Amino acid sequence: MHPAPSVIIFTTLSGLGFGLLFFLGLGVPDVSGWVAFVFFLIAYALSVGGLMASTFHLGHPERAWKAFTQWRSSWLSREGWCAVIALIVMGLYALGVVFAGQRWSALGLLGAAFSLATVFTTSMIYTQLKTIPRWNMALTPAMFLSFSLAGGALLAGQTTVSIILLVVAATIQALYWWRGDTALARSGTDIGTATGLGSRGDVRAFEPPHTGTNYLLREFVHVVGRKHAEKLRIISFVLAFMAPVLFLLLPFSHAFAAVAVLSHIAGVATSRWLFFAQAEHVVGLYYGKR
Amino acid sequence: MTQLPQSTDRKMGLVIDLDTCVGCHACVISCKGWNTENYGAPLSDQDAYGADPSGTFLNRVHSYEVQPAGGHAQLIHFPKSCLHCEDAPCVTVCPTGASYKRVEDGIVLVNESDCIGCGLCAWSCPYGARELDAAEGVMKKCTLCVDRIYNENLPEVDRVPSCVRTCPAGARHFGDLGDPNSDVSKLVAEREGMDLMHEMGTKPVNKYLPPRPKDQIEEQIDILAPLLAPVAEEPKGFLGWLDKALEKL
Amino acid sequence: MIGSQAEKGAHLSQPVIDTSPKVSDEVRKTTCYMCACRCGINVHMKDGKVAYIEGNRDHPVNKGVLCAKGSAGIMQVNAPSRLRKPLRRVGPRGSGEFREIEWDEAISTAVGWLNELHETAPQKLAFFTGRDQSQSFTSFWAQNFGTPNYAAHGGFCSVNMAAGGIYTMGGAFWEFGQPDWDHTKLFMLFGVAEDHDSNPIKMGIGKIKARGARVIGVNPIRSGYNAVADDWVGITPGTDGLFILSLIHVLMKAGKIDLTYLGRYTNAPVLVNATDGPEKGLFLRDADGKPLVIDRVTGKPAAFDKPGVRPDLSATYDKDGVTHRPVFHLMAEKYLSDEHAPENVADRCGIPAQRIRAIAAEIARVAFDEAIELDHEWTDFRGEKHSKMTGRPVSFHAMRGISAHANGFQTCRALHVLQILLGTVEVPGGFRFKPPYPKPVEAHPTPHGDRRPGRPLEGPHLGFPRGPEDLLLDENGTAQRIDKAFTWENPMSAHGLMHMVISNAAAGDPYKIDTLFMYMANMSWNSSMNTKGVMEMLSAKTEDGKYVIPKIIYSDAYSSEMVAYADLILPDTTYLERHDCISLLDRPICEADAAADAIRWPVVEPDRDVRGFQSVLIELANRMSLPGFTNEDGTPKWKDYADYIVNHERKPGIGPLAGFRGEDGDKEGRGAVNPDQLTRYIDNGGFYVAHIPEGADYYKPWNTAYQDWAVSMGLYDSPQPYLFQLYSEPMRKFQLAAEGHGDRQPPEHLRKRLKDTMDPLPIWYETDQQGNEGFTVNALTQRPMAMYHSWGTQNAWLRQLHGRNPLYVPTKLMREHRLEDGDWAKVTSPHGEITVPVMEMAALNDNTVWTWNAIGKRKGAWALQEDAPEATKGFLLNHLIHELLPPKGDGMRWANSDPITGQAAWFDLKVKLEKAAPPSDAQSQPEFDPIQSPVGTGPKDLAWKVGK
Repeated sequence: MHPAPSVIIFTTLSGLGFGLLFFLGLGVPDVSGWVAFVFFLIAYALSVGGLMASTFHLGHPERAWKAFTQWRSSWLSREGWCAVIALIVMGLYALGVVFAGQRWSALGLLGAAFSLATVFTTSMIYTQLKTIPRWNMALTPAMFLSFSLAGGALLAGQTTVSIILLVVAATIQALYWWRGDTALARSGTDIGTATGLGSRGDVRAFEPPHTGTNYLLREFVHVVGRKHAEKLRIISFVLAFMAPVLFLLLPFSHAFAAVAVLSHIAGVATSRWLFFAQAEHVVGLYYGKR
Repeated sequence: MTQLPQSTDRKMGLVIDLDTCVGCHACVISCKGWNTENYGAPLSDQDAYGADPSGTFLNRVHSYEVQPAGGHAQLIHFPKSCLHCEDAPCVTVCPTGASYKRVEDGIVLVNESDCIGCGLCAWSCPYGARELDAAEGVMKKCTLCVDRIYNENLPEVDRVPSCVRTCPAGARHFGDLGDPNSDVSKLVAEREGMDLMHEMGTKPVNKYLPPRPKDQIEEQIDILAPLLAPVAEEPKGFLGWLDKALEKL
Repeated sequence: MIGSQAEKGAHLSQPVIDTSPKVSDEVRKTTCYMCACRCGINVHMKDGKVAYIEGNRDHPVNKGVLCAKGSAGIMQVNAPSRLRKPLRRVGPRGSGEFREIEWDEAISTAVGWLNELHETAPQKLAFFTGRDQSQSFTSFWAQNFGTPNYAAHGGFCSVNMAAGGIYTMGGAFWEFGQPDWDHTKLFMLFGVAEDHDSNPIKMGIGKIKARGARVIGVNPIRSGYNAVADDWVGITPGTDGLFILSLIHVLMKAGKIDLTYLGRYTNAPVLVNATDGPEKGLFLRDADGKPLVIDRVTGKPAAFDKPGVRPDLSATYDKDGVTHRPVFHLMAEKYLSDEHAPENVADRCGIPAQRIRAIAAEIARVAFDEAIELDHEWTDFRGEKHSKMTGRPVSFHAMRGISAHANGFQTCRALHVLQILLGTVEVPGGFRFKPPYPKPVEAHPTPHGDRRPGRPLEGPHLGFPRGPEDLLLDENGTAQRIDKAFTWENPMSAHGLMHMVISNAAAGDPYKIDTLFMYMANMSWNSSMNTKGVMEMLSAKTEDGKYVIPKIIYSDAYSSEMVAYADLILPDTTYLERHDCISLLDRPICEADAAADAIRWPVVEPDRDVRGFQSVLIELANRMSLPGFTNEDGTPKWKDYADYIVNHERKPGIGPLAGFRGEDGDKEGRGAVNPDQLTRYIDNGGFYVAHIPEGADYYKPWNTAYQDWAVSMGLYDSPQPYLFQLYSEPMRKFQLAAEGHGDRQPPEHLRKRLKDTMDPLPIWYETDQQGNEGFTVNALTQRPMAMYHSWGTQNAWLRQLHGRNPLYVPTKLMREHRLEDGDWAKVTSPHGEITVPVMEMAALNDNTVWTWNAIGKRKGAWALQEDAPEATKGFLLNHLIHELLPPKGDGMRWANSDPITGQAAWFDLKVKLEKAAPPSDAQSQPEFDPIQSPVGTGPKDLAWKVGK
């Protein structure tokens, strides 16, 4: 899949943002007033910023509101609802915390639930696609949720929880890569089933339907060299998990915490780049790619 | 309309004969012509005369080589457009309802004025049947020429998709695959028509007729008697045979 | 089952769409020009603009279908590469620097150059047309100008195919005839390329595939039609004749030949002089010149067409000490020889002997065990009535692959002889002619090349020589024509040799010319062998700085590569902006069941200052008062081409169009001029069809009903029944001359070759391999179906399908050279080298590489940007092919062409392959300097919707 910056920014930032909102909704950290305001500001900047970024790849962003209509069947529509509900509920909750000195915890719990639900629905947009076996796994929502929670905990300044969640997320990430690498092969879809010619012999794509490129090739066929991908996986793993854990294990300092957060964000973004770039869409089979 | 109808009144679709398609691309360009001028936005082309020309097409002809265990490699031309699946994932993923499957004939369409161009329907389609038009920012796909097949401004004989009308080899057939007695259904039954990526569970309406077995002549034909038994071994003997044969005429 | 409430609800909420939108304001029916099929098209107009093009269902050629090129016509009409105004060259030749001029200046410049030549030395004009579809008109113009130097592109394209057929059976494949698609049970297709008659062939293959009939493809490349063939014979290029003669051997040996057919309709029983001397090999004829056969009834010689005669295939005849043997004896002698046994040809053909026998057996089985009969009564030319028509449902067809070799003429003849031996020509299920064919050699003209200043040629330029007496040689033996057609080097060059014009003109051999005038012929690029050499010849200068070819006039609708090499450009219209006629006098669009012709008419008016080329020719003719164009009072006969189409009469009552003749438009074939003829054609969908009556539709060369119908249609002046010429007497006449008989004698250096190749019975010979040491791989080209014959790849839709071309390399050679898809290879021939990207193809002869032709473009041409893939990755194989063979050390250069017809032998190319590093600029080599585009480049983006 084409690793479009808009979706990488969107999933990375909004995952973090909603992760932080989740913890804020639970009342962690227990802050109020201007300190709370800053926390909420960060959370909203990340989640709303991410959502805004996601509209950049739309052909018609001005019609984006129409995406709320199909919540009964469309994960993208559900994501829209969850995000809006989460942001409104958490907004009310934040008003209480920041300006009224009130912690309406029921509201907070509801907001936290919708924040996580938003991350889950985002992940389901990818998970539901049978056409991309690497995404079509239970590990995909697990990965999105664990990343969001770990990142949220990190931003929420919860050292111990962060370390635990980062280890959990790292484990899921490793599992995701391990299973993902064989997902296409295990899916049973190959050029033989794609063309229905597999029973006749070895099928090989010959002349493509067009000598130039097209939307399908641009969108779905992105080849990452194996060595390059391995390198990026190591970088991503170190930045997203190992470095933050290390910094968290060191005696606390704001500088270290900031470095841990930034490192985590860079690592997650790298992981997301790989999430897209390495995802094989079965359409590629028709073009003899992969 | 994001939800799929439980069933459709008819299942209109195409049957594509891989035994007959010569790979001439006639269907590709006829489709481009009709659908540029008709349903929705024109099918645009970017860098049309430059280094990297790339346009929207709703139908494209691939080609594959098949190497059987023994014998010659075969070349198979393979037209591909929307298969108008019964279980069309492109419909259910659509967040705005722009993508829908018609109840009356099962045609999968995009209502362009509702399309936000998110691309998710194309992501969900295993067949590469949808292309986002770069000029218009909306998703384009085969309409089964819904603006031809019922078009009262066209003579009845022309109320078929433009690709079917133009196909010189007659490798494309159009009809109701939900009716077991239709010509297309009979063709599918007779020639063991197949689904593409059956395992995806999309239940495509369009069917492909597989190529017939090839390069069998040596197994099928007895090269000796009686067909090729020599009438004589020597030229002289041949002239003797000739005289006798002429007598019999 | 259906119609639950939920669904009804869903149904209601579906968007309401208009399923009956207005399709167009008006449909204008005309004829496609994207290739030689010339299909009928419906041009849908909106707001006066072309909105959509589809096939015309009523049209005899395409019956509604249309290929990719046809549907892409809309991109041809709006192409940015269209020339806009007449041009005069200002930069050096090849630079592409021009200034726009007015038509007045263009016409007077051309007249200034041409008129003097017409009056003093008409041969100094060489007028050659390429993709011309008005040859009966352009040749008429050239004939009246008086130059012997006229031809179209047949010489490098297809003359072997056409002439091989005409000399053998009075017709050929492609536009001349077609398989009986409705009845055939076995279809065998020979030769690389999937082009001529392309839509009818696709329709036919579709028909027989739907019946489950077998298709056998004989072609080194398994693309296109061969991809759908049930059996593929991946033959070694250039050995088709060897394979066919082996089939003939096996079938004859098994007696699986149609003796009745051979006796009645072919020259198999005709008596041939078998005694050494000046008559040896010539037919025994009666006082009227009619070939004689032995009548089995009387045992005596009789004219072949005598009523009641039963020709004997076996009897010999001695007279005055001279033995005469029937042709069939000579054939038995030749083809039963073991040299033609499958085992002895298998290796050279690359086909196992077993397979050759299996194919022969299948042919025999279908031809004889599955014979069909139609209950059509008919009467043959000997007056015998037949109650049935017997069909042998095996049909053959061939593409130019078998003909573009130096043995192509004999190979084409061999294939026809195979068909004839089986009795499958002009019978149900076999091969059928399309009117005006069948037409024996005797009904065709001989060539004319006399030059008489100010006066027209005495007859048409191109024709079919009957013997040495028809060669176009001056008294001292030099060629009368610039292309040396109809000389001892290529005596039967019935289409001329367009590919030799520029090199001969540049060399001043046989003489210098003054003006080269070309139409739709991309000679400085893909329409020439030795492209680089041709570019140099076109721009070569003499010592005093003048161009060796002093003046070049060129007409084209588009900014092709050739434009840059001309001094004066006469911009043509596109095919939707012009009048044209697809005439029975030319290469018509008939079907086996009907005679048909068609017109083009301006369905849109040009939006540029351009004029139809044929109308420009008429204006030039009028300004020069050319004889055939001028009334006795000196006034012009026609003001433009439309006027000519309607009012020209080739013979009284016979004009370019056969339909709606007579004052009331109710005559067909013959009839007075009808001033409303074009309107009638337009009202009829742009074409006219005259159906052949039932009972006249098979056995046409011998069927009196057909012969009478053909006369009534004006196809013949009188009935022309004839025998198929298994044995070609004209060829024997050339051979006799080479053996030293007769007045007109060939030069010594050509004697042996003429003796060897001019065999009156089809033979196969290895083509000249001089200089090919170390070059062992065959290299071929063909055009993709989506581009065949179409003029340029600038078409915005089609160029997305084929914007560049790799060299297709068989798996075996890929492994041998450790190549992978996308790697580069250096391909070398005795003449040149190219470095190009490769792609593996498994379904390909093991020792053959190939590519799509004419994808590669020169930078700056066709209004494409200079970095277009056509100009960077695309390439031509032409750089590897020379019009001459490598020097033999005998002081002479031998043409790379068929020694009989002069057909360019570009499929004889042999190359060597090496893996190469990608060129530093990742561009195919060789590269050429860009030419300056006289029309700029095309727009960036397109969204061509005409309607609102």
